[in-house]
Amino acid sequence: MKNGFDENADRKAWMGLLAKAPAGRVATLLDAAMTRPGFTWLRTPEIGSAMVRARAGATGAPFNLGEMTVTRCTLKLESGEVGHAYIQGRRKSDAEAAAVVDALMQTGIADRLRAQLLEPLHDELSAAKATRAAKAAATKVDFFTLARGEG
Amino acid sequence: MYVAVKGGERAIENAHAWLAEERRGDTEIAELSVAQIREQLSLAVHRVSAEGSLFDPDLAALAIKQARGDLIEAIFLIRAYRTTLPRFGFSKPVDTGVMTCDRRISASFKDLPGGQVLGPTFDYSHRLLDFKLAAEGEVPEAPSQEAEAGDVPHVTDFLNREGLIEEPPHGDTPPPDLTREPLEMPADRALRLQALTRADEGFALGLAYSTQRGYARNHAFVGELRIGSVPVEMEIPELGFAIEIGEVVLTECETVNQFKGSKAEPPQFTRGYGLVFGQSERKAISMALVDRALRWEELGEDNIGAPAQDAEFVLYHADNIQATGFLEHIKLPHYVDFQSELELVRKLRREAGTDQVQEAAE
Repeated sequence: MKNGFDENADRKAWMGLLAKAPAGRVATLLDAAMTRPGFTWLRTPEIGSAMVRARAGATGAPFNLGEMTVTRCTLKLESGEVGHAYIQGRRKSDAEAAAVVDALMQTGIADRLRAQLLEPLHDELSAAKATRAAKAAATKVDFFTLARGEG
Repeated sequence: MYVAVKGGERAIENAHAWLAEERRGDTEIAELSVAQIREQLSLAVHRVSAEGSLFDPDLAALAIKQARGDLIEAIFLIRAYRTTLPRFGFSKPVDTGVMTCDRRISASFKDLPGGQVLGPTFDYSHRLLDFKLAAEGEVPEAPSQEAEAGDVPHVTDFLNREGLIEEPPHGDTPPPDLTREPLEMPADRALRLQALTRADEGFALGLAYSTQRGYARNHAFVGELRIGSVPVEMEIPELGFAIEIGEVVLTECETVNQFKGSKAEPPQFTRGYGLVFGQSERKAISMALVDRALRWEELGEDNIGAPAQDAEFVLYHADNIQATGFLEHIKLPHYVDFQSELELVRKLRREAGTDQVQEAAE
Protein backbone atom coordinates (compact mmCIF):
# COMPACT_ATOMS: atom_id res chain seq x y z
CA MET A 1 0.00 0.00 0.00
CA LYS A 2 2.89 2.33 0.74
CA ASN A 3 4.41 1.29 -2.58
CA GLY A 4 2.36 2.74 -5.43
CA PHE A 5 3.72 0.14 -7.84
CA ASP A 6 2.79 -2.87 -5.73
CA GLU A 7 0.51 -4.91 -8.00
CA ASN A 8 -0.75 -6.82 -4.98
CA ALA A 9 -1.54 -3.70 -2.95
CA ASP A 10 -5.28 -3.98 -3.53
CA ARG A 11 -5.51 -7.60 -2.49
CA LYS A 12 -3.21 -7.03 0.50
CA ALA A 13 -5.52 -4.26 1.66
CA TRP A 14 -8.73 -6.29 1.46
CA MET A 15 -7.20 -9.41 2.99
CA GLY A 16 -5.84 -7.34 5.88
CA LEU A 17 -9.24 -5.77 6.37
CA LEU A 18 -10.98 -9.18 6.37
CA ALA A 19 -8.42 -10.49 8.91
CA LYS A 20 -9.24 -7.76 11.41
CA ALA A 21 -13.05 -7.72 11.02
CA PRO A 22 -15.08 -8.32 14.19
CA ALA A 23 -16.58 -11.82 14.65
CA GLY A 24 -19.44 -12.54 12.25
CA ARG A 25 -19.27 -9.16 10.51
CA VAL A 26 -17.95 -10.29 7.11
CA ALA A 27 -20.54 -13.07 6.89
CA THR A 28 -23.36 -10.63 7.73
CA LEU A 29 -22.26 -8.08 5.12
CA LEU A 30 -21.63 -10.78 2.51
CA ASP A 31 -25.03 -12.42 2.95
CA ALA A 32 -26.73 -9.02 2.84
CA ALA A 33 -24.99 -8.22 -0.45
CA MET A 34 -25.59 -11.46 -2.33
CA THR A 35 -26.26 -15.18 -2.32
CA ARG A 36 -22.96 -16.97 -1.78
CA PRO A 37 -21.60 -18.80 -4.82
CA GLY A 38 -20.81 -22.53 -4.79
CA PHE A 39 -17.22 -23.55 -4.09
CA THR A 40 -15.01 -26.51 -3.30
CA TRP A 41 -12.49 -26.62 -0.47
CA LEU A 42 -8.81 -26.71 -1.32
CA ARG A 43 -8.00 -26.44 2.39
CA THR A 44 -10.78 -26.62 4.97
CA PRO A 45 -10.65 -24.07 7.82
CA GLU A 46 -7.77 -24.82 10.15
CA ILE A 47 -6.81 -23.18 13.48
CA GLY A 48 -3.15 -22.56 14.18
CA SER A 49 -0.74 -19.94 15.40
CA ALA A 50 1.66 -17.35 14.09
CA MET A 51 4.78 -16.41 16.03
CA VAL A 52 4.78 -12.63 16.38
CA ARG A 53 8.20 -11.05 16.13
CA ALA A 54 9.38 -7.65 17.30
CA ARG A 55 12.68 -5.77 17.36
CA ALA A 56 14.94 -5.09 20.36
CA GLY A 57 14.67 -1.38 21.14
CA ALA A 58 11.89 -1.13 18.51
CA THR A 59 14.38 -0.88 15.64
CA GLY A 60 17.14 -3.43 16.38
CA ALA A 61 17.53 -7.16 15.83
CA PRO A 62 14.36 -9.28 15.77
CA PHE A 63 13.19 -11.49 18.65
CA ASN A 64 10.21 -13.78 19.19
CA LEU A 65 7.54 -12.01 21.23
CA GLY A 66 4.87 -14.71 21.46
CA GLU A 67 2.19 -16.32 19.35
CA MET A 68 -1.31 -15.35 18.26
CA THR A 69 -4.13 -17.58 17.05
CA VAL A 70 -4.92 -17.60 13.34
CA THR A 71 -7.53 -19.40 11.23
CA ARG A 72 -6.83 -20.10 7.57
CA CYS A 73 -8.57 -21.77 4.64
CA THR A 74 -8.51 -21.90 0.86
CA LEU A 75 -11.38 -22.49 -1.54
CA LYS A 76 -12.12 -22.44 -5.25
CA LEU A 77 -15.28 -20.97 -6.76
CA GLU A 78 -17.17 -22.89 -9.43
CA SER A 79 -16.02 -20.16 -11.82
CA GLY A 80 -12.40 -21.07 -10.98
CA GLU A 81 -11.13 -18.20 -8.77
CA VAL A 82 -9.15 -19.26 -5.70
CA GLY A 83 -9.77 -17.45 -2.41
CA HIS A 84 -7.50 -17.51 0.65
CA ALA A 85 -8.11 -16.38 4.19
CA TYR A 86 -5.72 -15.85 7.10
CA ILE A 87 -7.66 -14.20 9.90
CA GLN A 88 -6.99 -13.48 13.56
CA GLY A 89 -8.49 -15.77 16.21
CA ARG A 90 -10.26 -19.12 16.13
CA ARG A 91 -13.12 -18.41 13.72
CA LYS A 92 -13.76 -21.05 11.08
CA SER A 93 -16.99 -19.63 9.63
CA ASP A 94 -15.45 -16.16 9.47
CA ALA A 95 -12.45 -17.61 7.63
CA GLU A 96 -14.82 -19.22 5.13
CA ALA A 97 -16.64 -15.92 4.53
CA ALA A 98 -13.31 -14.10 4.16
CA ALA A 99 -12.03 -16.62 1.59
CA VAL A 100 -15.29 -16.37 -0.41
CA VAL A 101 -14.88 -12.58 -0.46
CA ASP A 102 -11.22 -12.90 -1.49
CA ALA A 103 -12.23 -15.12 -4.42
CA LEU A 104 -15.20 -12.93 -5.43
CA MET A 105 -12.98 -9.84 -5.45
CA GLN A 106 -11.20 -11.45 -8.42
CA THR A 107 -14.47 -11.64 -10.40
CA GLY A 108 -16.73 -9.13 -12.15
CA ILE A 109 -18.64 -8.60 -8.95
CA ALA A 110 -15.64 -6.92 -7.29
CA ASP A 111 -16.93 -3.34 -7.56
CA ARG A 112 -20.24 -4.21 -5.96
CA LEU A 113 -18.55 -6.08 -3.11
CA ARG A 114 -16.14 -3.24 -2.57
CA ALA A 115 -19.03 -0.81 -2.16
CA GLN A 116 -21.30 -3.08 -0.12
CA LEU A 117 -18.77 -4.95 2.03
CA LEU A 118 -15.18 -3.68 2.05
CA GLU A 119 -15.95 0.03 2.29
CA PRO A 120 -18.53 -0.27 5.08
CA LEU A 121 -16.18 -2.62 6.97
CA HIS A 122 -13.29 -0.22 6.52
CA ASP A 123 -15.42 2.67 7.76
CA GLU A 124 -16.56 0.71 10.81
CA LEU A 125 -12.99 -0.21 11.81
CA SER A 126 -11.79 3.34 11.22
CA ALA A 127 -14.64 4.74 13.30
CA ALA A 128 -13.80 2.40 16.19
CA LYS A 129 -10.15 3.49 16.04
CA ALA A 130 -11.11 7.16 15.81
CA THR A 131 -13.30 6.84 18.92
CA ARG A 132 -10.39 5.43 20.97
CA ALA A 133 -7.98 8.01 19.53
CA ALA A 134 -10.38 10.82 20.53
CA LYS A 135 -10.63 9.47 24.08
CA ALA A 136 -6.83 9.23 24.25
CA ALA A 137 -6.53 12.81 22.95
CA ALA A 138 -8.78 14.00 25.79
CA THR A 139 -6.22 12.61 28.29
CA LYS A 140 -3.34 14.57 26.78
CA VAL A 141 -1.59 16.76 29.34
CA ASP A 142 -1.57 20.46 28.52
CA PHE A 143 1.47 21.72 30.46
CA PHE A 144 1.33 25.10 28.75
CA THR A 145 -2.05 26.04 30.17
CA LEU A 146 -0.92 24.86 33.56
CA ALA A 147 2.22 27.02 33.47
CA ARG A 148 0.29 30.15 32.53
CA GLY A 149 -1.77 29.85 35.66
CA GLU A 150 -4.98 31.26 34.22
CA GLY A 151 -7.87 32.06 36.50
CA MET B 1 12.26 -50.10 42.68
CA TYR B 2 8.98 -48.72 41.36
CA VAL B 3 5.88 -49.90 43.17
CA ALA B 4 2.61 -49.17 41.39
CA VAL B 5 -0.14 -48.23 43.80
CA LYS B 6 -3.71 -48.22 42.60
CA GLY B 7 -6.88 -47.07 44.23
CA GLY B 8 -7.12 -43.29 43.74
CA GLU B 9 -9.47 -43.22 40.75
CA ARG B 10 -12.74 -42.78 42.61
CA ALA B 11 -11.24 -40.16 44.93
CA ILE B 12 -9.84 -38.22 41.95
CA GLU B 13 -13.16 -38.31 40.08
CA ASN B 14 -15.03 -37.07 43.09
CA ALA B 15 -12.42 -34.38 43.76
CA HIS B 16 -12.86 -33.09 40.20
CA ALA B 17 -16.63 -33.13 40.50
CA TRP B 18 -16.40 -31.08 43.69
CA LEU B 19 -13.88 -28.74 42.02
CA ALA B 20 -16.44 -28.06 39.27
CA GLU B 21 -19.07 -27.28 41.89
CA GLU B 22 -16.77 -24.99 43.87
CA ARG B 23 -15.76 -23.23 40.67
CA ARG B 24 -19.40 -22.42 40.04
CA GLY B 25 -19.88 -21.21 43.61
CA ASP B 26 -23.30 -20.24 44.96
CA THR B 27 -25.82 -20.98 42.19
CA GLU B 28 -28.03 -18.18 43.53
CA ILE B 29 -25.40 -15.82 42.08
CA ALA B 30 -25.40 -15.35 38.28
CA GLU B 31 -22.70 -17.30 36.43
CA LEU B 32 -19.79 -15.34 34.91
CA SER B 33 -19.59 -15.49 31.14
CA VAL B 34 -16.28 -15.71 29.29
CA ALA B 35 -17.17 -12.44 27.52
CA GLN B 36 -17.66 -10.73 30.89
CA ILE B 37 -14.20 -11.82 32.01
CA ARG B 38 -12.70 -10.71 28.69
CA GLU B 39 -14.31 -7.27 28.89
CA GLN B 40 -14.28 -6.54 32.63
CA LEU B 41 -11.16 -8.33 33.92
CA SER B 42 -9.13 -7.30 30.89
CA LEU B 43 -5.84 -6.76 32.72
CA ALA B 44 -5.97 -10.31 34.09
CA VAL B 45 -6.71 -11.45 30.52
CA HIS B 46 -3.68 -9.47 29.32
CA ARG B 47 -1.41 -11.01 31.93
CA VAL B 48 -2.49 -14.52 30.94
CA SER B 49 -1.90 -13.64 27.26
CA ALA B 50 1.60 -12.29 28.00
CA GLU B 51 2.82 -15.10 30.25
CA GLY B 52 0.86 -17.77 28.38
CA SER B 53 2.73 -16.41 25.34
CA LEU B 54 -0.38 -16.58 23.17
CA PHE B 55 -2.44 -13.56 22.23
CA ASP B 56 -6.09 -14.63 22.19
CA PRO B 57 -8.26 -12.70 24.69
CA ASP B 58 -11.22 -15.12 24.42
CA LEU B 59 -9.03 -18.12 25.25
CA ALA B 60 -7.31 -16.29 28.10
CA ALA B 61 -10.73 -15.38 29.56
CA LEU B 62 -11.87 -19.00 29.31
CA ALA B 63 -8.67 -20.14 31.04
CA ILE B 64 -9.24 -17.65 33.88
CA LYS B 65 -12.78 -18.97 34.35
CA GLN B 66 -11.62 -22.59 34.32
CA ALA B 67 -8.78 -21.80 36.76
CA ARG B 68 -11.15 -20.08 39.23
CA GLY B 69 -9.09 -16.91 38.84
CA ASP B 70 -5.74 -18.57 39.60
CA LEU B 71 -3.73 -16.75 36.92
CA ILE B 72 -0.72 -19.09 36.96
CA GLU B 73 -3.07 -22.07 36.52
CA ALA B 74 -4.73 -20.14 33.64
CA ILE B 75 -1.32 -19.47 32.07
CA PHE B 76 -0.58 -23.20 32.37
CA LEU B 77 -3.82 -23.99 30.47
CA ILE B 78 -2.89 -21.53 27.70
CA ARG B 79 0.66 -22.92 27.40
CA ALA B 80 -0.76 -26.45 27.14
CA TYR B 81 -3.28 -25.39 24.48
CA ARG B 82 -0.58 -23.53 22.54
CA THR B 83 1.42 -26.72 22.07
CA THR B 84 -1.53 -28.28 20.21
CA LEU B 85 -1.58 -25.56 17.53
CA PRO B 86 0.18 -26.04 14.21
CA ARG B 87 2.35 -23.00 13.56
CA PHE B 88 1.57 -21.33 10.25
CA GLY B 89 4.60 -19.07 10.25
CA PHE B 90 6.40 -16.07 11.69
CA SER B 91 5.28 -12.48 11.43
CA LYS B 92 7.44 -9.67 10.15
CA PRO B 93 8.82 -7.78 13.17
CA VAL B 94 5.97 -5.54 14.34
CA ASP B 95 6.53 -1.80 13.97
CA THR B 96 5.68 -0.13 17.28
CA GLY B 97 6.23 3.23 15.57
CA VAL B 98 2.82 2.88 13.90
CA MET B 99 1.06 1.92 17.15
CA THR B 100 -2.34 3.53 17.67
CA CYS B 101 -1.57 4.67 21.20
CA ASP B 102 -4.13 4.58 24.01
CA ARG B 103 -1.38 5.82 26.29
CA ARG B 104 2.02 7.33 25.66
CA ILE B 105 4.10 9.05 28.29
CA SER B 106 7.72 9.99 28.85
CA ALA B 107 9.29 10.56 32.24
CA SER B 108 12.37 12.10 30.58
CA PHE B 109 10.95 14.72 28.21
CA LYS B 110 8.08 16.96 29.19
CA ASP B 111 7.36 18.51 25.81
CA LEU B 112 7.59 15.93 23.13
CA PRO B 113 5.89 15.70 19.75
CA GLY B 114 2.65 13.83 20.21
CA GLY B 115 2.47 14.91 23.85
CA GLN B 116 1.96 13.13 27.13
CA VAL B 117 -1.17 11.03 26.68
CA LEU B 118 -2.27 9.47 29.97
CA GLY B 119 -4.82 6.98 28.65
CA PRO B 120 -6.95 4.78 30.91
CA THR B 121 -4.47 4.71 33.81
CA PHE B 122 -4.67 3.91 37.54
CA ASP B 123 -1.93 6.54 38.10
CA TYR B 124 -3.16 9.63 39.98
CA SER B 125 -6.12 7.67 41.36
CA HIS B 126 -6.28 7.74 45.15
CA ARG B 127 -6.38 3.98 45.61
CA LEU B 128 -9.46 4.32 47.78
CA LEU B 129 -12.03 1.57 47.44
CA ASP B 130 -14.87 2.78 45.26
CA PHE B 131 -18.06 1.45 46.80
CA LYS B 132 -20.07 2.72 43.85
CA LEU B 133 -18.69 -0.27 41.93
CA ALA B 134 -20.44 -2.58 44.40
CA ALA B 135 -23.76 -1.27 43.09
CA GLU B 136 -24.69 -1.86 39.48
CA GLY B 137 -24.81 1.27 37.39
CA GLU B 138 -24.06 2.91 34.10
CA VAL B 139 -20.63 4.40 33.48
CA PRO B 140 -20.65 7.86 31.90
CA GLU B 141 -19.03 8.13 28.46
CA ALA B 142 -15.39 9.24 28.68
CA PRO B 143 -14.71 12.70 27.19
CA SER B 144 -13.19 12.91 23.72
CA GLN B 145 -11.23 15.52 21.89
CA GLU B 146 -10.04 15.82 18.32
CA ALA B 147 -6.99 13.62 17.82
CA GLU B 148 -3.92 14.52 15.78
CA ALA B 149 -3.47 12.39 12.69
CA GLY B 150 -0.28 10.49 11.98
CA ASP B 151 2.11 8.15 13.76
CA VAL B 152 3.56 9.00 17.17
CA PRO B 153 7.37 9.14 16.96
CA HIS B 154 9.54 7.27 19.46
CA VAL B 155 11.16 9.49 22.07
CA THR B 156 14.56 7.84 21.73
CA ASP B 157 14.66 9.03 18.09
CA PHE B 158 15.25 12.59 19.37
CA LEU B 159 18.26 11.56 21.45
CA ASN B 160 19.44 9.46 18.57
CA ARG B 161 19.63 12.50 16.29
CA GLU B 162 22.26 14.00 18.58
CA GLY B 163 24.08 10.69 18.83
CA LEU B 164 23.60 10.77 22.60
CA ILE B 165 22.10 7.30 22.83
CA GLU B 166 23.29 3.95 21.59
CA GLU B 167 21.62 2.63 18.49
CA PRO B 168 20.51 -0.99 18.73
CA PRO B 169 22.37 -3.06 16.15
CA HIS B 170 20.16 -3.67 13.13
CA GLY B 171 19.86 -7.06 11.58
CA ASP B 172 17.49 -9.61 10.21
CA THR B 173 19.03 -12.81 11.53
CA PRO B 174 16.22 -15.23 12.42
CA PRO B 175 16.06 -15.11 16.22
CA PRO B 176 16.38 -18.24 18.40
CA ASP B 177 13.06 -19.60 19.67
CA LEU B 178 12.87 -21.11 23.14
CA THR B 179 9.53 -22.75 22.31
CA ARG B 180 11.40 -24.91 19.78
CA GLU B 181 14.91 -25.28 21.24
CA PRO B 182 15.62 -25.66 24.96
CA LEU B 183 16.96 -22.50 26.59
CA GLU B 184 20.74 -22.72 26.68
CA MET B 185 23.51 -20.43 27.89
CA PRO B 186 24.99 -18.16 26.78
CA ALA B 187 21.71 -16.56 25.73
CA ASP B 188 21.89 -13.70 23.24
CA ARG B 189 19.69 -10.64 23.69
CA ALA B 190 16.96 -11.96 21.37
CA LEU B 191 16.61 -15.10 23.48
CA ARG B 192 16.71 -13.11 26.71
CA LEU B 193 13.96 -10.79 25.48
CA GLN B 194 11.76 -13.75 24.50
CA ALA B 195 12.24 -15.31 27.95
CA LEU B 196 11.61 -12.00 29.73
CA THR B 197 8.44 -11.09 27.84
CA ARG B 198 6.79 -14.34 28.99
CA ALA B 199 8.42 -14.29 32.43
CA ASP B 200 6.42 -14.22 35.64
CA GLU B 201 5.42 -10.64 36.37
CA GLY B 202 6.20 -10.92 40.08
CA PHE B 203 9.65 -12.40 39.47
CA ALA B 204 10.50 -9.73 36.87
CA LEU B 205 9.21 -7.01 39.19
CA GLY B 206 11.32 -8.26 42.12
CA LEU B 207 14.47 -8.42 40.03
CA ALA B 208 13.85 -5.01 38.47
CA TYR B 209 13.30 -3.53 41.93
CA SER B 210 16.58 -5.06 43.09
CA THR B 211 18.42 -3.17 40.31
CA GLN B 212 16.85 0.07 41.53
CA ARG B 213 18.00 -0.63 45.07
CA GLY B 214 21.60 -1.04 43.94
CA TYR B 215 21.96 -4.71 42.99
CA ALA B 216 23.36 -3.86 39.52
CA ARG B 217 24.48 -0.40 38.73
CA ASN B 218 22.01 1.22 36.46
CA HIS B 219 19.73 4.13 37.01
CA ALA B 220 16.87 4.04 34.56
CA PHE B 221 14.67 6.83 33.28
CA VAL B 222 11.51 5.83 31.50
CA GLY B 223 12.29 7.34 28.12
CA GLU B 224 8.92 6.26 26.88
CA LEU B 225 6.02 4.04 27.75
CA ARG B 226 3.32 3.38 25.17
CA ILE B 227 0.28 1.13 25.08
CA GLY B 228 -1.85 0.46 22.02
CA SER B 229 -2.41 -1.86 19.11
CA VAL B 230 -0.15 -2.66 16.21
CA PRO B 231 -0.91 -4.60 13.03
CA VAL B 232 0.78 -7.98 12.56
CA GLU B 233 1.96 -8.77 9.05
CA MET B 234 2.96 -12.22 7.82
CA GLU B 235 4.36 -13.55 4.57
CA ILE B 236 1.84 -15.97 3.04
CA PRO B 237 3.67 -18.59 0.95
CA GLU B 238 0.69 -19.44 -1.27
CA LEU B 239 0.25 -15.75 -2.13
CA GLY B 240 3.90 -14.80 -2.42
CA PHE B 241 3.42 -11.57 -0.44
CA ALA B 242 2.72 -10.42 3.11
CA ILE B 243 -0.69 -9.47 4.47
CA GLU B 244 -1.95 -8.21 7.80
CA ILE B 245 -3.31 -11.17 9.74
CA GLY B 246 -4.55 -9.20 12.73
CA GLU B 247 -3.69 -6.78 15.47
CA VAL B 248 -2.19 -7.21 18.93
CA VAL B 249 -2.29 -4.93 21.96
CA LEU B 250 1.21 -4.22 23.27
CA THR B 251 2.90 -2.30 26.05
CA GLU B 252 6.34 -0.98 25.19
CA CYS B 253 8.86 0.56 27.56
CA GLU B 254 12.16 2.09 26.56
CA THR B 255 14.46 3.08 29.37
CA VAL B 256 17.33 5.52 29.06
CA ASN B 257 20.28 4.67 31.28
CA GLN B 258 23.48 6.43 32.22
CA PHE B 259 26.62 5.03 30.66
CA LYS B 260 30.08 6.43 31.29
CA GLY B 261 31.44 4.98 28.11
CA SER B 262 34.04 2.30 27.54
CA LYS B 263 37.20 1.83 25.46
CA ALA B 264 35.03 1.24 22.41
CA GLU B 265 32.11 3.58 23.09
CA PRO B 266 31.95 7.30 23.97
CA PRO B 267 29.90 8.43 27.00
CA GLN B 268 26.28 8.15 25.99
CA PHE B 269 22.94 6.88 27.13
CA THR B 270 22.13 3.20 26.79
CA ARG B 271 18.78 1.50 26.51
CA GLY B 272 16.73 -1.20 28.15
CA TYR B 273 13.74 -2.58 26.31
CA GLY B 274 10.45 -4.04 27.43
CA LEU B 275 7.66 -5.21 25.13
CA VAL B 276 4.75 -7.26 26.40
CA PHE B 277 1.39 -8.50 25.08
CA GLY B 278 -1.55 -6.54 26.48
CA GLN B 279 -1.74 -3.55 28.78
CA SER B 280 0.92 -4.54 31.33
CA GLU B 281 3.12 -1.57 32.10
CA ARG B 282 4.47 -2.89 35.41
CA LYS B 283 5.75 -5.90 33.49
CA ALA B 284 7.08 -3.86 30.55
CA ILE B 285 9.07 -1.51 32.83
CA SER B 286 10.39 -4.50 34.82
CA MET B 287 11.43 -6.22 31.61
CA ALA B 288 13.31 -3.12 30.42
CA LEU B 289 15.23 -2.80 33.70
CA VAL B 290 16.18 -6.48 33.77
CA ASP B 291 17.10 -6.40 30.05
CA ARG B 292 19.44 -3.48 30.76
CA ALA B 293 21.02 -5.20 33.78
CA LEU B 294 21.65 -8.36 31.73
CA ARG B 295 23.49 -6.32 29.08
CA TRP B 296 26.48 -5.62 31.36
CA GLU B 297 28.82 -7.86 29.39
CA GLU B 298 28.16 -6.48 25.90
CA LEU B 299 28.47 -2.92 27.28
CA GLY B 300 31.78 -3.73 28.98
CA GLU B 301 30.46 -3.04 32.49
CA ASP B 302 31.56 -4.76 35.69
CA ASN B 303 29.73 -7.81 36.93
CA ILE B 304 29.11 -6.91 40.55
CA GLY B 305 27.52 -10.28 41.21
CA ALA B 306 23.98 -8.92 41.36
CA PRO B 307 21.20 -11.47 40.76
CA ALA B 308 19.76 -9.38 37.90
CA GLN B 309 23.13 -9.56 36.08
CA ASP B 310 23.18 -13.35 36.17
CA ALA B 311 21.52 -14.46 32.92
CA GLU B 312 21.48 -18.10 33.94
CA PHE B 313 19.84 -17.34 37.27
CA VAL B 314 17.30 -14.93 35.76
CA LEU B 315 16.30 -16.92 32.70
CA TYR B 316 16.14 -20.35 34.32
CA HIS B 317 13.90 -19.11 37.13
CA ALA B 318 11.70 -16.58 35.33
CA ASP B 319 9.17 -18.99 33.86
CA ASN B 320 6.33 -19.53 36.30
CA ILE B 321 5.06 -22.67 34.56
CA GLN B 322 8.43 -24.41 34.79
CA ALA B 323 8.82 -23.16 38.34
CA THR B 324 5.39 -24.17 39.56
CA GLY B 325 5.60 -27.52 37.78
CA PHE B 326 8.75 -28.44 39.64
CA LEU B 327 7.68 -26.86 42.89
CA GLU B 328 4.26 -28.46 43.01
CA HIS B 329 5.39 -31.91 41.97
CA ILE B 330 6.76 -32.49 45.46
CA LYS B 331 3.22 -32.71 46.80
CA LEU B 332 2.53 -35.75 44.60
CA PRO B 333 3.20 -39.24 46.00
CA HIS B 334 6.84 -39.86 46.88
CA TYR B 335 6.06 -42.76 49.22
CA VAL B 336 8.86 -45.04 48.06
CA ASP B 337 11.47 -42.26 48.04
CA PHE B 338 10.44 -41.27 51.53
CA GLN B 339 10.42 -44.88 52.78
CA SER B 340 14.07 -45.26 51.75
CA GLU B 341 15.01 -41.97 53.49
CA LEU B 342 13.25 -43.19 56.62
CA GLU B 343 15.19 -46.46 56.55
CA LEU B 344 18.44 -44.52 56.10
CA VAL B 345 17.83 -42.19 59.04
CA ARG B 346 16.94 -45.15 61.29
CA LYS B 347 20.12 -46.96 60.21
CA LEU B 348 22.34 -43.89 60.82
CA ARG B 349 20.83 -43.37 64.25
CA ARG B 350 21.53 -47.02 65.15
CA GLU B 351 25.12 -46.69 63.97
CA ALA B 352 25.73 -43.43 65.83
CA GLY B 353 24.34 -44.91 69.02
CA THR B 354 21.75 -42.13 69.20
CA ASP B 355 19.86 -44.09 71.83
CA GLN B 356 22.69 -43.40 74.32
CA VAL B 357 22.56 -39.65 73.54
CA GLN B 358 18.87 -39.66 74.31
CA GLU B 359 19.49 -41.43 77.61
CA ALA B 360 22.08 -38.81 78.59
CA ALA B 361 19.63 -36.04 77.78
CA GLU B 362 17.06 -37.59 80.07
